[in-house]
Amino acid sequence: MLRIEDLHASVEDKEILKGINLDIKAGEVHAIMGPNGSGKSTLSSVIAGNDYFEVTKGNIEFLGEDIGELAPEDRAHRGLFLSFQYPVEIPGVSVTNFVKTAINETRRAKGLEDMPAKEMLKMIREKSELLEIDRKFLSRSLNEGFSGGEKKRNEIFQMAMLEPKLAILDETDSGLDIDALRIVAGGVNKLKSKDNAVVVITHYQRLLEYIVPDFVHVLLNGRIVKSGGKELALELEEKGYDWIKNEVAV
Amino acid sequence: MFLRNNFKSKMAYTEEELKKELETKEYEYGFYTDIESDTLPIGLNEDIVRAISKKKNEPQWMTDWRLEAFSYWKQMEEPEWANVTYQKPDFQAISYYSAPVSAPKYDSLDEVDPELLDTFKRLGISMDEQKKLAGVAVDVVMDSVSVATSFKKTLGEKGIIFCSISEAIQKHPELVKKYLGTVVPQKDNFYAALNSAVFSDGSFCYIPKGVRCPMELSTYFRINQAGTGQFERTLVIADESSYVSYLEGCTAPTRDENQLHAAVVELIALDDAEIKYSTVQNWFPGNKEGKGGVFNFVTKRGLCEKRAKISWTQVETGSAVTWKYPSCILKGDHSVGEFYSIAVTNNFQQADTGTKMIHLGKNTRSTIISKGISAGRSQNSYRGLVQVHGRAENARNFSQCDSLLMGNACGAHTFPYIETKNKTAQIEHEATTSKIGEDQIFYCNQRGIDTEKAIALIVNGFSKEVLNKLPMEFAVEAQKLLEISLEGSVG
Repeated sequence: MLRIEDLHASVEDKEILKGINLDIKAGEVHAIMGPNGSGKSTLSSVIAGNDYFEVTKGNIEFLGEDIGELAPEDRAHRGLFLSFQYPVEIPGVSVTNFVKTAINETRRAKGLEDMPAKEMLKMIREKSELLEIDRKFLSRSLNEGFSGGEKKRNEIFQMAMLEPKLAILDETDSGLDIDALRIVAGGVNKLKSKDNAVVVITHYQRLLEYIVPDFVHVLLNGRIVKSGGKELALELEEKGYDWIKNEVAV
Repeated sequence: MFLRNNFKSKMAYTEEELKKELETKEYEYGFYTDIESDTLPIGLNEDIVRAISKKKNEPQWMTDWRLEAFSYWKQMEEPEWANVTYQKPDFQAISYYSAPVSAPKYDSLDEVDPELLDTFKRLGISMDEQKKLAGVAVDVVMDSVSVATSFKKTLGEKGIIFCSISEAIQKHPELVKKYLGTVVPQKDNFYAALNSAVFSDGSFCYIPKGVRCPMELSTYFRINQAGTGQFERTLVIADESSYVSYLEGCTAPTRDENQLHAAVVELIALDDAEIKYSTVQNWFPGNKEGKGGVFNFVTKRGLCEKRAKISWTQVETGSAVTWKYPSCILKGDHSVGEFYSIAVTNNFQQADTGTKMIHLGKNTRSTIISKGISAGRSQNSYRGLVQVHGRAENARNFSQCDSLLMGNACGAHTFPYIETKNKTAQIEHEATTSKIGEDQIFYCNQRGIDTEKAIALIVNGFSKEVLNKLPMEFAVEAQKLLEISLEGSVG
C-alpha cells in the first residue's frame, strides 16, 4: 500500500531524513519508534505532503502511484490520513461543518455528489458513539479550547468519518490519560480492517499494548536502524534507546 | 480599457457567464461605460455650487443650504487623526458633477439607453430578474444621477416614497426641508460639509406611519468618469411604527488616479419605528501594488426616537482607504442601536472604521459586533465610541471586536473608547485576535480541503455572526465577495 524508497528530506538545508525505506501492506499495523529529534514527525509530514520540507532524494508510492508531486489535499483524496500531534484550532468552524466539508470535498474530487444530509447525520451519530464523544461537542469550534485528550479523540473521530486507506497516527498517545488512551485505541482498533493500514508513531510502548503492531521500526537520526516484531517494542522499553544506539554504532 | 465595440459584442451576456466571470480573480467590475458625460470643469468654488444646483433646477432654499455648507467647508481643515496614510486629494483638481447625457427619467426600461442597461447587466443587476423573483425595488445611481427607478407604483400604493433625492427636493420639499441635515448637520465634519455643498444625488425614502415596507429597498452606485468625486446624499425617514430594510451596494471601475467617495447617509426612525440599513461595499481597492482605488470617506448616522431601532450591517471589501463610522444617536427612551460589520483589507488597503453609539435617552441598548480581516500589507483599524450621557439611565452596551490576520505583513488595530457620565450604565467589551497560519491551511489540506476552500471556510466561520444579519438575498453575494477579495492572500 505504501512503499517508501531511499527517502531523503531536509528543511532549511538541514537534512532530517537520510534514506528511509518502508513497505506497508494492507491489513498491517506498523509502529515507528524513536527518540526526540529522530525525524518521526518529519516523516509523517513528508508523507502527507507538507511542502515546508523538501524531498531531496527517493520516492513515495501510495497504492501503486508515485505521490511525490501531489498536493496534500490530493493525497488525502486518495485515502491518506494524518492524525496530527498538535491539532490546530479553527475558530468559528464547527467540528460538524469541518468534517462535512472534508467529506464532500473528497467525494467531489472523485466525481461523486455531496453526501445527503440524512446519511451524514447517521454517520456522525455512529462514529461519535464509537469514540464516546458527546454530540454537543460537535457544534463547538474545531479544537478551540479542547483539552489534549479531546483534541486527539477528535482526530480519531475525523479518521472514523473519512475512512482512510492509510492512517498515520503521529504521537496520538502524548497527553492522554489512561481512559482517553483506551477510548482512542479502541476507536482505532474498530476501524482496522484487512483493507486498510495504520502507522503508529510513538515514543512509548504503552499505546502498543492496545494497538498491537505487526512490525516495529526504530528511527534514529533520520534512518530506520532496526525492524522487528512487537517484541522489539518491549525490548526497547526495557533497555532504552541507548541500547539501539550502541548496537547500531558497532 | 474596454472599447465601445467590445462592449456591444457583450449584449447577449447571460447570468451564467457573469457567474463564471466572478469566479476569476480579476476585479469583475473593472470597466467603464463609454457614454458621453455632461461634466463640469474641475475645481470647487461658489460658482460650481450654484451651477450644480441650477443643473438640477433646485428651489432657492436648497441652493442657499448648499452655499451655507460651502462657506463652512472653506473654513474647515481636513481631518488627520485616522490611522491611515494617503495622498491627500486635491479638491481643486476634480470635477464635482458628471451625468450621463440621457439623463431624464423613463417610464419603462425600453426607453433607457441600451449601453446603460448593459452596464446594469454587467453589474449583476438584471432588472427583469429582480422584478420577477426577488421583488426588490432598485434605484440605480450612475455617476451622480439616478437613472432608473422601478416599482415606484407598487410602493406608491402604500404611500411609500422611494426616489432620488433630486426628485424628492422637487416633489416632497416639505419632507426634505424638515429632515435634511438634522442628523448630520452641514458643519458636522469636513467631508459632510463638502457633501452638503456638492451632493448631486442619492436616495430618498419615506415610510408612512404604521407601514411595513413589503420589499428590500436597494440602491447601486457607480463611479464612472475619471476624476469625478461621488457625493451622494441619502435620507431615510421611517415614520412612527413603520419598518424598512434598505440595502446599499457599491462598485466602481478600475482607475489609476484615486477617486473620492464622500457620501452622507441620514436615517431617522420616529417612535416605535425600525430601520435596517445594510451595505455591501466593493469599491475598487487599488491594484496589487497599491496604486489607484477609491477613497471612501463617509458619514452615516441614525437618530432613534422612543422605542425605535436602527441596525447597521456593513460588509466592506473594497476601497483603497476607508474612513467611516455608521452611528446611532439613541435619543428616545428604550431605543436600540445595532452595528454589525465585516471589514476586509488586502494588499495595500487601509481602513479606519467603526461606530459611535450615543446613549441619551433612558433604558437604551446598543450592540456592536465588528469583524476585521486583514491580509497582504493592509492596515485595518477599528475605532468605536460608546458614549453614555448624564441623564441616560440604565444604558446597556455590548461590544465584540474580533480581528483575523492573514500572513505576517498586515496589521489590525483597535481603538475602543468608552465615555460614561452615568453610574447605572452597563458596558461590556470583548476582543479577540487570531491569525490564519500555514498550519491551519495544511490541516485543512490534509483533510482533503484545498487552500482556496480552506480560506473560505475559515473566513466564513469568522464572519458568520455578521453575515447572518444581512438580508438573505445578499448574504450569499457578500460571502462570495469575501472569498474573492481574499484570494491569494495566504502564500
